[in-house]
Amino acid sequence: MIGALNKKLVRDMWHIKGQILAIVMVMACGITTFIMSFGVLDSLTLSRDVYYDRYQFADVFAQLKRAPDGIKQQVMDIPGISAIETRVVFGVTVQVDGMAEPASGKLISVPDGRQPLLNNLYLSRGRMLLPDEDDAILCSEAFAIAHNFMLGDQISMIINGHKRTLKIVGIVLSPEYVYSLGPGAMFPDDKRFGVFWMSRRLLEAAVDMDGAFNDISIRVARAANVEDIKRDLDIVLKPYGGLISYARKEQMSNWFVQNELDQLWVMGIFAPIIFLSVSAFLINVVMTRQVTTQREQIGMLKAVGYRNGEISTHYLKMVLLIVVLGGILGVGSGIWLGMGMTNMYTQFFHFPILKFSFSVPVMIFSVLFSSVSAVIGTLIAIRKAAKLPPAEAMRPETPVYFRRSLLEMMGLEKFFSHLTRIVIRHVERRPIRTLLSTIGIGLSMSILIFAFFMEDSINYMMAVQFDMAQREDVSLGFVEPRNMSVLEEIRLMPGVMSVEPQRSVAVFLKSDHYSKRASIMGLSPMPDLHRILDKNLHALPIPEHGLALSSKLADLLHLKKGDIVTVEVLEDRRPILNIKVVEIIEDFIGLSAFMNREELNMLLNEGAVITGVSLMVDPLWNGPLFQKIKEIPAIISMNILKKVREVFQELMGENILKMVMINTVFASLISFGVIYNTARIALSERGRELASLRVLGLTKGEVAYILFGEMAVIILMAIPAGLFIGYLMVLGMAQSMDTELFRVPVIIEKSTYGLSVIIVVVSSVLSFYLVWRQVENIDLVSAQKGVE
Amino acid sequence: MTQNNGLGENITFRTEGLTKNYSSGETVIHALRGVTVSIPKGDLVVLLGPSGSGKSTFLNIIGGLDSPTSGEVYFNKDKLSDYSEQQLTAFRRHNVGFVFQAYNLVPSLTAYENVELVTDIAANPIQPEEALAAVHLGDRARHFPSQLSGGEQQRVAIARAIAKRPEVLLCDEPTGALDSETGIVVLKALQDVNKKFGTTTIIITHNAAIADMADRVIYFGDGQVVDVKVNENPCPPEEISW
Repeated sequence: MIGALNKKLVRDMWHIKGQILAIVMVMACGITTFIMSFGVLDSLTLSRDVYYDRYQFADVFAQLKRAPDGIKQQVMDIPGISAIETRVVFGVTVQVDGMAEPASGKLISVPDGRQPLLNNLYLSRGRMLLPDEDDAILCSEAFAIAHNFMLGDQISMIINGHKRTLKIVGIVLSPEYVYSLGPGAMFPDDKRFGVFWMSRRLLEAAVDMDGAFNDISIRVARAANVEDIKRDLDIVLKPYGGLISYARKEQMSNWFVQNELDQLWVMGIFAPIIFLSVSAFLINVVMTRQVTTQREQIGMLKAVGYRNGEISTHYLKMVLLIVVLGGILGVGSGIWLGMGMTNMYTQFFHFPILKFSFSVPVMIFSVLFSSVSAVIGTLIAIRKAAKLPPAEAMRPETPVYFRRSLLEMMGLEKFFSHLTRIVIRHVERRPIRTLLSTIGIGLSMSILIFAFFMEDSINYMMAVQFDMAQREDVSLGFVEPRNMSVLEEIRLMPGVMSVEPQRSVAVFLKSDHYSKRASIMGLSPMPDLHRILDKNLHALPIPEHGLALSSKLADLLHLKKGDIVTVEVLEDRRPILNIKVVEIIEDFIGLSAFMNREELNMLLNEGAVITGVSLMVDPLWNGPLFQKIKEIPAIISMNILKKVREVFQELMGENILKMVMINTVFASLISFGVIYNTARIALSERGRELASLRVLGLTKGEVAYILFGEMAVIILMAIPAGLFIGYLMVLGMAQSMDTELFRVPVIIEKSTYGLSVIIVVVSSVLSFYLVWRQVENIDLVSAQKGVE
Repeated sequence: MTQNNGLGENITFRTEGLTKNYSSGETVIHALRGVTVSIPKGDLVVLLGPSGSGKSTFLNIIGGLDSPTSGEVYFNKDKLSDYSEQQLTAFRRHNVGFVFQAYNLVPSLTAYENVELVTDIAANPIQPEEALAAVHLGDRARHFPSQLSGGEQQRVAIARAIAKRPEVLLCDEPTGALDSETGIVVLKALQDVNKKFGTTTIIITHNAAIADMADRVIYFGDGQVVDVKVNENPCPPEEISW
């Protein structure tokens, strides 16, 4: 049996359907962001954990110059190690038909006739390598997809100076390359960086590593101390040119995945809190109004014998029905957007399987959390309904207490018309509601600022990185340090207009107990292409002596200008140097240190050698130039900066646009919800008063002025509040994204502020319009009778 | 002044020294100043008196909507003035039917559903259609309050009040908002219920003419009962000269 009270419930809700819909939408936004973020978080975490576990992703990694296989036993003897796999890893240049520029590649050895013990391969198509199979390779799936490679296709690559043509027999994925960055690259570019696997014996032969390895992965026993193992490993590998070993959490691919998970978590917590707080506030306003207008009905229900609990339940049911509606909508759109977002992640992260997980606990929790927030929001109103003494409830409510407003008490009333005074007194009469409405609209604006800021910040970062710092067209990296004389050869290549030499060296920087792995780049005294910038983005000359550190690196090492840093060089003779920090510079990507190239050569006790160059080239000659570069075995990497930028913008542009659209819809729903509800409540509370004013001869416009004046005041207050909250959110975001790999500059364009204000104002005008239609329909006669 | 101190079977309500004070700001209003009265079972009782004489306060207290400041109220043999809030709610739920001057119908429910509000929670109700038929509104059951005239709305309220088969029917100015013609229809409905079901019916009014239809008239003045008259020959409402 439905019961008369439930019929009343449904009809009452239908009566205020506009307001209910607005609340349902805002609440659905909260549930959506929750389900989306945690669903994606769950999916990524699960995919990652299963992948890492099943495919034996290693715990510790190290690269070295060359060690004989014989030292494997020495490594195994380190306590706490449960498995090791040695490999040969070699950088190659890949020539792809139809692509003018060469791609970089990484060639990794696979043990003959078996899967590696660690970092197993997931076979997506084709087959694994046969023992001693000649001229056959496995290709990373991302690269194969980017170039539309089929099984049996041939790839040419330059391996250690020799051109080889190899057949793709299998397409694979590796837990080491969930996120894959090419050498010297800032963003993943599947077209220009690929990973390939080849038989160990053949690769050893191709790169003169017979019976030796240059890369080692380690599985750590449960409860073993990773730091101790790293330290012992470094000692064993040091004589063999070992670079500092690193743990899984510092592994590049894993770091990016983890960083993304952390951000999803933050988003999954904060966005729903904003939306659900706003919806709780809106429910509070609407339910308080419901209880007030139904005061006499509540009195009657009690008089005929309804219990307090039954009355509370009645109103609680309304709240829970709203939650159910918001839940259905939110769960639906959360799944939909979550699937879309998961799909987006497949562009960045290469997992064997990445599907959006329909986590039932997440859904239940989100709906429960919404119910709790909604019930908390209405507790006071419902308590009021339950506590209402029946005899008193059936008497009309005493007139609302008004007083002269603060502004009037300050003697400013002469500036206000009567109508304006009504507006101001109303705004001041319910200061908490006014404040919460202001915050609600402010929050919607801050969400918009936050959404648009991402684009501002990335555009700024791009402009600084590519227009001011890395101004070269092409950068080349060499396999081995080369004598400066190669500059002359490069200068003679087709289309090259200018060349700048660089010497880059891997180092371990130490200061007190702080240490960090980084690389020092030696540059010409006054570089024109690859420049360093100060805080004000002015190009700086490379200091004659001493180091220029990026501010993030300086922070991590607790260094300031004038301090001495210990530099452990991770190359050849591995000298340990003490160098003075003479400059702190500004950059947004990576951890960099710069110094004068000649001084660096001198400190390394080497001749005038370089490891790479920056080029300015005539684009008309790109074809012949790239062809030439493809044929030079000594070149291991080539980055075309324009392409890097294009790839990035392609990748981010679309995704950011989607996020901006979603955020815009969400934010508009909030501001619409808050304004529509506030205006609608004001109309309900003051319908009779407004009708009386119309009877007295006020025009509809004047009546609208009273009604919307209050809203306008709230919106005017919300704008600065929203701008401020938005700025704080951006600061918080920048702080949480401030990592070793990226810094997010806090750049908010004026257009972002402007657009956010415009969107809020437009959604306000829309809600005004909807309420205005109701003002137009006020029936002057029936309004006088006071029946709503 | 007639007094009935007996605890006999035939007494529905008995009050003793009932007082009620309201404090409004700094002033205390003495709404009831010691009311001692008995109401026999099955009587149709009219409470007469000027505004502020304490009629409504008295009705609210015996109806369990309000508690006295001092004094005692007995309903049958139970001491109502000792009831907890829950007991009062149960008392109203099972024993009392209310009719208010402002009808207090739920605007979002039809006539039928307004009656259902009570039959849903009562222990032994009559069917809503029967209750509506008793007030001659069987054909208006599907109408919403806004589609009914004032008299019809008040009759829905009466149907709602009697649907639970209450032992007592308490009516606060049931005809206060109605014209004489409609008022008579409503009073007729109340008298019918009183006769048909034997429901003790108490009607507040400031219209002295209505007293003619009562078995008993209690006169209130300044928070006290100033007189009680027993009417041996109550007349039908149609004959009341308004």
